[in-house]
Amino acid sequence: MPVLNIREALNQALREEMIRDEKVFLLGEDIGLYDGSFKVTRGLYKEFGERRVLDTPIAEEIIVGTAIGAAMAGLRPVAEMMTVNFILVAIDQVVNAAAHIHYMFGGGVKVPLVIRAPGGGGHQLGAQHSHSHENWFAHVPGLKVVAPGTPADAKGMLKAAIRDDNPVMFIENEGTYGVKGDVPEGEHLVPLDRNEIKREGDDLTICAYSRMLVVAMDAARDLEADGISAEVVDMRALRPLDMGPALESVRKTGRVITVEEGWRSFGVGAEIASRIYEEAFDDLDAPVARLGSAEVPTPYNKRLEKITFPGKADVVVTARALLGRN
Amino acid sequence: MKTEPRAAATGKDGLSESELLGLYREMLLIRRFEEKTAEMYQMAKIGGFCHLNIGEEAAIVGTISALRAADYVYSNYREHGHALAKGVEARAVMAELYGKETGTSKGRGGSMHLFSAEHRFHGGYAIVGEALPIAVGTGYAIVYQDKPEVVMSIFGDGATNIGAFHESLNVAKLWKLPIVFVCINNQYGMGTAVSRASAVSEIWKKACAYDMTGERVDGMDVLAVRAVTDRLVSQARERREPSLLECVTYRYKGHSMSDPDTYRQKEEIKEWQGRDAILSLGNHLKQLKLAGDQDLERIDQEVTAEVEEAVKFAEESPEPDPRQLYRYVYADEEAG
Repeated sequence: MPVLNIREALNQALREEMIRDEKVFLLGEDIGLYDGSFKVTRGLYKEFGERRVLDTPIAEEIIVGTAIGAAMAGLRPVAEMMTVNFILVAIDQVVNAAAHIHYMFGGGVKVPLVIRAPGGGGHQLGAQHSHSHENWFAHVPGLKVVAPGTPADAKGMLKAAIRDDNPVMFIENEGTYGVKGDVPEGEHLVPLDRNEIKREGDDLTICAYSRMLVVAMDAARDLEADGISAEVVDMRALRPLDMGPALESVRKTGRVITVEEGWRSFGVGAEIASRIYEEAFDDLDAPVARLGSAEVPTPYNKRLEKITFPGKADVVVTARALLGRN
Repeated sequence: MKTEPRAAATGKDGLSESELLGLYREMLLIRRFEEKTAEMYQMAKIGGFCHLNIGEEAAIVGTISALRAADYVYSNYREHGHALAKGVEARAVMAELYGKETGTSKGRGGSMHLFSAEHRFHGGYAIVGEALPIAVGTGYAIVYQDKPEVVMSIFGDGATNIGAFHESLNVAKLWKLPIVFVCINNQYGMGTAVSRASAVSEIWKKACAYDMTGERVDGMDVLAVRAVTDRLVSQARERREPSLLECVTYRYKGHSMSDPDTYRQKEEIKEWQGRDAILSLGNHLKQLKLAGDQDLERIDQEVTAEVEEAVKFAEESPEPDPRQLYRYVYADEEAG
C-alpha cells in the first residue's frame, strides 16, 4: 500500500472526487494559483482550472455563504478556511445558515458542503492562529464534525464528507500534515459516524483525535515499555459522536484519559466523560481524566507555547497516576 | 453606471393589459393577505415575530414579476409577500404562519423562514444580511453550470450596513454573477431611520464602490419598479452583469406586530399612504380604460376569497407530529 502523508492523502481525496463528480468544486483563500497555504490543494488549479478551484478574496463570510448557496443549487462545494480561527468571522453562515437551513425549511433543500479547516497550534503563531474550535461546531445540530488523525482516515473521511448530503466540518491540524501512513489507492471511504480502536490494550483507555491521536499513540508506546497496556480510541467522529468503541474499551479497562488540543472547559473531553458517566459509571475504577490546552490565549514565546499544549509526557504521567504508578 | 435616479414611468411601459391587471391583482393579494395575517396574529393564531409587507407591495411585485419561474429569490424575514409574488400558494404561506405540517416549511420555519424549492423561492432568512452571500453562491452555481437563470437577492436598507452586503457585491461583480440585489428601502431598520444608521442615505450609491450598476426607483410606483427591474434582470441574464436596485418605499405598519411605532410621525405615515401604490395603479388602469370600478372590485373579491381559503386551509391542516421532532436535522434521516 502506498505511504502518503496527510497533506498528500487529502490532496488525493480532493482530486479523485473532482474527477468522479463534476459538481465538486473548491473555493478558498489562495488555494489556486498559490497552491494553498498548507499546499493541500497543490496542483489542482493547474489540473482543473479556476472554475473548479476558485480563489476568493480574504473574506470568510462570503466563502462560506458562497458554498452554501452553491450547495443549495445542486453543487458540492469544498471550502477551505486557512485556519479554523478564521472561520469565526463566518460563524453566522456556518451555524445560523448551513446547519439550520435543511431543518428550518422543512427538509425542502439540502446543503451538501464541506468546510475544511486546520486547527491546532505549536508553530509560534500566537493567539489568533493557534486554537482548536471543533467543540463549537460539535455543539450544533445539523452539522457533522470529523477530525481524522491518520492519512488513511484523512483520505477516506474527506471523500465520504464530499459525498455526504449535509454540511460537514472537516477539521485538520497544521501539525499533522506531515504525518505518514499507509493509504489505500482509489475508492477508499471511511464513514463519518464511526470511531475506532486504533491500538488495543488492557490497563487504560486513551480517547483522542486529530494531532492528539498521534500524541496518544506515541504515549501508548512509551507506556508499553513501562509495562502499561494502553488502548487508544480514535474519536475522529465528533458529531454525530460515536461512543461505541470508547464505551466498549472503558468496560474493559475501567480507566479513561481524554486528550484534546483545545481548552478543556466545555470541550470534547467534557462531553466524552459525561457520556461515559451516563453509560458506564459502574465500569469505572477512577474518575475520567481530561487533558487539554492550558486555558490561556496561546502565547507566542516558544517555551510558554510548549507548556500550553498537552504532549506525550502529560499523557504518560496522567496514565501512571490513574494506575497509581507514580 | 447611472448617476441619477430614474423618473417614475408613465404609460403602459410595454406591458400587456393582462400583465398590468396581473400586477394589480398580485399587489392586492399581498395587501389582503397581510391584513388577514395581522388579524390572525392578534387572535393568537400566529406566533413568534411577524413582519408585514403592507405599503411595500409595488416594490415587491414590481421586482419579482420581472423574473422567470426558474429564477431564484433569496429574501429576508419580511417575506410573506415575496413568497406570494414568486408564486408560492397563499394557503401554504398561511399554513406556515400557523405552524402547520402543510406549510411551506412544514411548520418548522414560521413567518421568517418560508421556502419553496418548486418555486425557487430560496428562503426567508432572519439574520440581517445573511442571505446575500448565499445568493452569491447560487449565482456562482448558475455560471458554473452555464444556465440562463438569474438570482434576485432582496433585503432591507438595514442590511446595506453590514459586512456581508459589501462582500457580496464585491464578488458578484468580480466573478460576473447574474444577480440583481434589491434593497427595499422602507426608511427604517427597525426603529432607526436610514440617515441615523448609514453614512450614505441614498443606498443605490453604494454600488459605485464595486463599479456596479446602481439604480434608485420610486418604490410606490409598480410600473417604474418593473421597468427598471426588467432592464437589470436582462443585463444579469444576458451579460452576467450584477446590479443594485434601491426601491424607495414605506411600511405602513410597525417593524413587527409587537412594535408600538413611537419613532415615526403620524403625518409621515399618512403622507406615504396618500401615495398608495395599489390605489395609484387602480386609477391608472381606469384612466387607460383597462378596468372599471367593478373590475377592480371583482379582483378584490377574488383575492379576498383566496386569502379566506388560505386561512381555512391553515385552520384545518394538521400540526406536525411530535414524533417527527428530529426529522430534517440531517438530510440522511429523510426516510425516518
